[in-house]
Amino acid sequence: MALDDLYQEIILDHYKKPRHPGRLEDAQVEVHHYNPVCGDELTVGLRLDGDRVAAVAVDGKGCSISQAAASVMTEQVVGRPVGEALDQAEAFRRLMHGEGEPDEELLGDGIAFKGVARYPVRVKCALLGWMAFKDAATRAGGPGAHVAEGDSPRMEPGTGREGN
Amino acid sequence: MTPPTAPLDLAAVRGDFPILERRVNGHPLVYLDSAATSQKPRQVLEAMDDYYRRHNANVHRGVHTLAEEATHLFEEARGKVARFVGASERATVFTKNVSEAINLVAYAWGLRNLREGDEILVTEMEHHSNLVPWQLVAGMTGARIRAVPVTGDYQLDLDALDGLLGERTRMVAVSAMSNVLGTVNPVAEIARRAHDAGALVLADAAQAVPHAGARLDELGVDFLGFTGHKALGPMGVGVLAAREELLDSMEPFLGGGEMISDVDIDRFTWNTIPWRFEAGTPNVAEAVGLGAAVDYLQGLGMDRVRAHEVDVTGYALKRLGEIEGLVVYGPSEVEHRGGMVSFTIGDIHPHDVAQVLDAEGIAVRAGHHCAKPLLRRLGVQATTRASFYLYSTTDEVDALVAGLERVKRFFA
Repeated sequence: MALDDLYQEIILDHYKKPRHPGRLEDAQVEVHHYNPVCGDELTVGLRLDGDRVAAVAVDGKGCSISQAAASVMTEQVVGRPVGEALDQAEAFRRLMHGEGEPDEELLGDGIAFKGVARYPVRVKCALLGWMAFKDAATRAGGPGAHVAEGDSPRMEPGTGREGN
Repeated sequence: MTPPTAPLDLAAVRGDFPILERRVNGHPLVYLDSAATSQKPRQVLEAMDDYYRRHNANVHRGVHTLAEEATHLFEEARGKVARFVGASERATVFTKNVSEAINLVAYAWGLRNLREGDEILVTEMEHHSNLVPWQLVAGMTGARIRAVPVTGDYQLDLDALDGLLGERTRMVAVSAMSNVLGTVNPVAEIARRAHDAGALVLADAAQAVPHAGARLDELGVDFLGFTGHKALGPMGVGVLAAREELLDSMEPFLGGGEMISDVDIDRFTWNTIPWRFEAGTPNVAEAVGLGAAVDYLQGLGMDRVRAHEVDVTGYALKRLGEIEGLVVYGPSEVEHRGGMVSFTIGDIHPHDVAQVLDAEGIAVRAGHHCAKPLLRRLGVQATTRASFYLYSTTDEVDALVAGLERVKRFFA
């Protein structure tokens, strides 16, 4: 396999220089997501202005794929209507699962992760940031969801890939 | 056992392992993940193949020739394993893996003997399989779990052990060799102190049995568990070796066929040991395969296997120490450790390390190695682990080091 397929320049660039890093001081919602396979962790802070994403930030640690995908996610969603951002999330999910033709317009830089789909173990890493965003957006948009939740660790069913 | 007169004939040993001829991603396979599972020599593959081609029948219940042959092969394998780990055949139980072996003790002994306020003493360096079964049973009995800390030089704190052992301590469950640090723990000494305090001792010997040899009688423990697939055997068979009178006093764990002597609609009486603890049709071919693996290891001699691993591990520690930014987690003295080296390189995530190495055909482990409490104690999210076995070579260590230099360039 060609490593460059997986680790495209743009991925390495986002990994080394993540966009919108850290905690969002005036976050409306903060969610903490965790990938037990890699041990990747992300805290995503989100603030909406009406139905638009006013600000988003990611405080994370983990593998390059998870951190870079989350960084790309922040660039994609800032300033967009939540509905459009959720469409982007869906386009990225479909890309990771190899469903249909990639929608490059919706994906933006996310298209760089196309090669990840061939590495099932890493798909979870790539999806973590978008999953956290979807969770945050749902909480921010739902009734009473303006209350910041702080940590809400997600214990996903294990995949058994970490055997001893 | 063969006296340690000569080193292993490495070329001959490697020739016994068909998978080592594989190429991965255009490179010869460099398999450095034997602590997760070992590769299998053809002697093991052939024994299992022969079992299914010529002898397959259900064990212990047929009078026909094949049933007798299958039973004989199964029980013969039990005898080989029992002698290998210094237990009696009656007290050597086939399980599916070491997790099941520990669950067996936790449930069959723990549920019936632990009371509220009793203590189970584990260590900070245990694999999840020697933590979670105790946590489950503690939750049902009200027992408490306490842990022997790990010191700065990656050893168990034996001074703290004496303070932790008390009259409420009922069980000490300890790894004989850490699957992350490689630390070889002084189990015999721990068992002596635990017995003085009136506690039983279980040794998780998943790494110790395959890499150094570990015996119930020499360690002086009450229970010893290991799994076949890390010891050249197949997946699906593990072993619980126990002190015979203790096992004989225990009630069944799983119920079903084979473990009974009589059954009525609403009651049963149980079988004698070891079959009392082997409900249902066992993994006969796998047990036969494990017997062949034991033959193979004993044919070479465990002291020579261990000596070879010490050589390769010592070389690895030296070469890895030359890589800037690389931190090794585990004892620096090769005599005090098994054939595995866990490390981190700068901020590069172990999964990225393993991914780049895989592109070079090098298989290593990355993650928490099912020892999350230990990794928390070490203050790391994950490590990369290279682990060796009797077929590992110093050339493979060199390939690893070259691969790691590539990793550094890639993520620089």
